[in-house]
Amino acid sequence: MKIGVLALQGAVVEHLRLLEAVGATAVAVKKVEELHDLDGLVIPGGESTTISKLMHQYGWMEAIRAFGEAGKPIFGTCAGAILLAKQIEGQQEAHLGLMDIKVARNAFGRQKDSFEVNLPVAGVAADYPAVFIRAPYLMEVGEAGQVLAKYEDKIVAARVGQYLAAAFHPELTEDTRLHKYFLDMVKESK
Amino acid sequence: MVQVGTDRVKKGMAEMQKGGVIMDVVNAEQAKIAEAAGAVAVMALERVPSDIRAAGGVARMADLSIVEDVLKAVSIPVMAKARIGHFVEARVLESLGVDYLDESEVLTPADDLYHINKKDFTVPFVCGARDLGEALRRIGEGASMIRTKGEPGTGNIVEAVRHMRTMMAQIRKVQAMSYDELMAEAKNLGAPYDLLEYVHKNGKLPVVNFAAGGVATPADAALMMQLGSDGVFVGSGIFKSENPEKFARAIVEATTHYTDYELIARVSKGLGSPMQGIEISKIREADRMQERGW
Repeated sequence: MKIGVLALQGAVVEHLRLLEAVGATAVAVKKVEELHDLDGLVIPGGESTTISKLMHQYGWMEAIRAFGEAGKPIFGTCAGAILLAKQIEGQQEAHLGLMDIKVARNAFGRQKDSFEVNLPVAGVAADYPAVFIRAPYLMEVGEAGQVLAKYEDKIVAARVGQYLAAAFHPELTEDTRLHKYFLDMVKESK
Repeated sequence: MVQVGTDRVKKGMAEMQKGGVIMDVVNAEQAKIAEAAGAVAVMALERVPSDIRAAGGVARMADLSIVEDVLKAVSIPVMAKARIGHFVEARVLESLGVDYLDESEVLTPADDLYHINKKDFTVPFVCGARDLGEALRRIGEGASMIRTKGEPGTGNIVEAVRHMRTMMAQIRKVQAMSYDELMAEAKNLGAPYDLLEYVHKNGKLPVVNFAAGGVATPADAALMMQLGSDGVFVGSGIFKSENPEKFARAIVEATTHYTDYELIARVSKGLGSPMQGIEISKIREADRMQERGW
């Protein structure tokens, strides 16, 4: 399975490392043309406004939408989840608008409130080390979707069809279980 | 158990900034321009380094109302500078909710012997360094991110290049060393032994390393990325240029696509003149900001 990590800005190598650890062929993707032979895509943590600005150039928006609509799995972490969402609280427009979730940005406060905690993630782990950095949360998940994790009653991970979103940063840990889960989604989609 | 302000959360914040541009701003309006241009964070200041240099006198933490205005104006992270060793300025900025502190040589040092014990803070710190020893001493004190010192406010990239090249060469040397040689090298560099061991094993710093101090054009930013920077700070360069909005966007694109020369050519066209630069040898040694810090 060949999985790309969108490498416009953010924590790219961390995702590559974990994808390789679960047995995928992982590549950093910097040009739109590089999407065509991928089986799945990860949109990493970073600054969602920055990544979005960069995606509005060189045809990224259309290309990633076509990629997702062709049924290929996409995994967004933190900023990546915001970019995938159909709705963003307080904003008129979404970015990619692919995944039927509504997100609230910086929903746990500023950097000094950033935290880590072990959480159960359905179908993945009973004690997943979740690292939240100026993190968003998922206010709503579409009816077809499945909530995978909650923290203090707030949804922090979900799957809707071929899309997977986490408000936290699996790429900042050594834990490969969520990446394994995504790799299985990619295999199923084939 | 929930843990706030852990090492991982502090270093992780810097990881999320990788491949991005952090821009100096002096008011809310500039902060909005920076955010719209794609900055990953802004540094809220009272004056940009070139104006600090011109003004002379003692440079302190910024007017807090500026910091507050910037915090309210943008949704991206906001950084602010405290004087070297001035842990009270740092605490005050932390209490305002600033996302990242820069213990910075751009301001007049408050302590001529010691830096802040950054491990005590919930908020992460970035510090400047000219070489590997200095970088590891700052990380030993708790810095979660390193940047080159360069020579701030000059629009002259030569010092940042020297500092990045020095660090990278030293990292390669330490990585290639025999384990037996590490303690003597730790002594030579003035670096904590355990951190040097990390560099030996991993061939990189244990934290993110940005370029700063003299980046004035998109090509400067791309140059620093190719030399191994994880991202770029642009101080006086943007809002001292003729068309800050366009200039900021161009620097962001050049930082992302740093090996795409046609793209850099395209975004660099028609930017107007960049900031006026200063030749380093024309700055008296006592006025060089990079000499501050120990």
